[in-house]
Amino acid sequence: MTEKFLVNSSPHYRSDESIRSVMGDVLIALLPALAVGVVFFGFRVLSLTAVTVAACIAFESLFNFIRKKKNTAGDLSCVVTGTLLSMCLPVTTPYWMAVVGAFFAIVVVKMLFGGIGKNFFNPALAARAFLFSWPVVMTSFIAPFRGADLPILGEISSEVIDSVSTATPLTYLKAGTMPDVSLYDMFFGNIGGCIGEVSSAALILGGIYLLCRKVITWHTPVFYIGTVAVITYIFPATGGFFNIDFMLAEILSGGLLLGAIFMATDYSTTPTTGKGRAIFGIGCGLLTVFLRYFGGYPEGVSYAILIMNIFAFSLDKITRPKRYGAGGEI
Amino acid sequence: MSTVEEVKILSKTFKGGIHPDYNKERTFARAIERLPASDKVIIPLRQHIGAACEPLVRKGDYVKLGQPIGESDASISCPVHASISGTVKAVEPRWNQNGTRELSVVIENDFEDRRFEECFPREKDMKRLSPEDIVDGARRYGIVGMGGAGFPLHAKLRAAIDSKVDTLIINGAECEPYVTCDHRAMIEYPRYIVGGILLIMRCLGLDGAILAIEKNKPDAINSMKITSEDTGITVAELETKYPQGGEKQLVYALTGREIPPGKLPTDIGCAVFNVDTCASLFRGFDTGLPLYQRVVTVSGDAVKKPKNLLTRIGTPYETLFEYCGGFEKEPYKIICGGPMMGLAQHSLEIPVVKNTSALLAFAEGNETIEENPICIRCGKCSRVCPMRLMPNYIFLYGSRGDLRECEKLNATDCIECGCCSYICPGKMHLVQAIRMVKGKLNRR
Repeated sequence: MTEKFLVNSSPHYRSDESIRSVMGDVLIALLPALAVGVVFFGFRVLSLTAVTVAACIAFESLFNFIRKKKNTAGDLSCVVTGTLLSMCLPVTTPYWMAVVGAFFAIVVVKMLFGGIGKNFFNPALAARAFLFSWPVVMTSFIAPFRGADLPILGEISSEVIDSVSTATPLTYLKAGTMPDVSLYDMFFGNIGGCIGEVSSAALILGGIYLLCRKVITWHTPVFYIGTVAVITYIFPATGGFFNIDFMLAEILSGGLLLGAIFMATDYSTTPTTGKGRAIFGIGCGLLTVFLRYFGGYPEGVSYAILIMNIFAFSLDKITRPKRYGAGGEI
Repeated sequence: MSTVEEVKILSKTFKGGIHPDYNKERTFARAIERLPASDKVIIPLRQHIGAACEPLVRKGDYVKLGQPIGESDASISCPVHASISGTVKAVEPRWNQNGTRELSVVIENDFEDRRFEECFPREKDMKRLSPEDIVDGARRYGIVGMGGAGFPLHAKLRAAIDSKVDTLIINGAECEPYVTCDHRAMIEYPRYIVGGILLIMRCLGLDGAILAIEKNKPDAINSMKITSEDTGITVAELETKYPQGGEKQLVYALTGREIPPGKLPTDIGCAVFNVDTCASLFRGFDTGLPLYQRVVTVSGDAVKKPKNLLTRIGTPYETLFEYCGGFEKEPYKIICGGPMMGLAQHSLEIPVVKNTSALLAFAEGNETIEENPICIRCGKCSRVCPMRLMPNYIFLYGSRGDLRECEKLNATDCIECGCCSYICPGKMHLVQAIRMVKGKLNRR
């Protein structure tokens, strides 16, 4: 025998899908929302995103280098984290804060827990929560089409921010009144808010892409948004009952769609079963409405998802699928 | 059949599964060619699940085509026969496809193909055969399940009679990528298949059977529909999905019944047989010759001219590849069976046996083995698992040695179809790990 063949255990066949291809799909799905961000808030959106992405890649590479491990930055997961982080920041966030956020997301939340698949908090959302240590920065939102007034480089003075800032629809909803913009504007993103959250249309487009590519399942977004819809419809903060306009405004404003489609579907930090994801979505929905109605900030999506992240593993445990044959005739 | 069952038949698939590239176009349109007998054959004395046969011949004996050369008294066993005529050169352990050494009879071909005297058709009118005759014939002709693990047909028929099955399912799904031997069989000798099905129907006292074929074989469906007209055989078209041909998945797709853990199809009134098994049974009664040859698909990107070959049992792999023009590229991996569940082989001297459906040769680069597989908790493995297990968690607990938790996760239910490993974006070795967990659980 002169031939040498590889002998290993079946299957001898693997799909082309890789972590890189999955993360690439998520990035493609984020593009519409990012593009809308640029349209409404100017080119600083791109420079801020570039900073968060570059910082995330750098921190992950550095961490692996120090730990003498193979660099995992190539799986693009840190690029997704960087993009998502920038998308849940106001465009006026200083670059140094973006770098701090990237450090917190990648090093503290992700890599110290063992990297992708092992972290139990969503890195981008945890970083956002951390950056709320600077609440004024995190709650200053500029009005659409005023992004051209922002300098790409350098500090943005508080006067500039004040001159272009606006109240978001959520501020109105929090106060129990309807926003001063139409639902139509809210759907397409012509409102104030974080970079990636304003355009519901763009986010839904991305969500449909992820569903078609089978990157995410429908459970979490549908149950999350559905729960918010039901509660805000029946118990609107405007008083009374059954207010469909209020419900639509709640869904289209703030980070709900960004959270439901891109954050609450993050693999590492959410359940793996369909039922688990449904419960996860319902939990996120309940907490979101609770925080929006009774919390100190108008928004509650990021904290709702972070809280539910804790239950990812236990939800998997209580929603284990019923084995084949368990309901058989014998 | 009740209305409920009729409704369920419409779905004709199962939950989970994957859609790999089937790569069947390389061979499905190629007519079966008869591979000239090689100058020697190596016939393992165990080509089936169950007890190995005792050799009936010794070195130096002259054997004829169809002559029994191994037999066992065990109830789960099946005789083996000479597939050529010639002189026994050795009776010794030889490597076989399972990666073990199995006592084998090596015969040198005299190229006379002298037929064994007792191999003659005993009963021309098959309608006069009793169930007992058919069970005896299945054993006499050395027939085993040719689509899968090689369970002796006579033992399966006996169990089916004893448990009074009400549904006979004939498996022509052929869901493994690359493999086309059953596809060709259904096109080229549908009459043998139908003849065999009728024999099994007679044996089990049933007047109907469901012949299940995946939709990606319209020509086979057509051929079988025409041939099985007015026989009581219904041709069912199944969704093309792997592992549609898995016994448990097939039974569910066709009847809506699930086989409870640790039970057999016969426990829920079903019996499943492969199409080529049926054809071999019929051929046995028709010609009096035992199962001494079978169709083997030779394919894979390293093979120059992929073919479907009618091959004598015991032919070394080398002979098949040579007949297919040799290797186009340096072969890196040789697989016996399909790429999803087939067994990687270390040598080309290993012989074709009764359940060798395909031989695949792949060049390097088809398979990248990730050095650092990672579970990203995407949950795709659970979604594709046809047994509704959670492969990622079995892996997790298994790698920590927590067998109790693996047992709670029903690791032993795994049918090792490989869907989880196939789909995993992190390239985890999931089914491989579950196999080890199962081994540990079974040894306990």
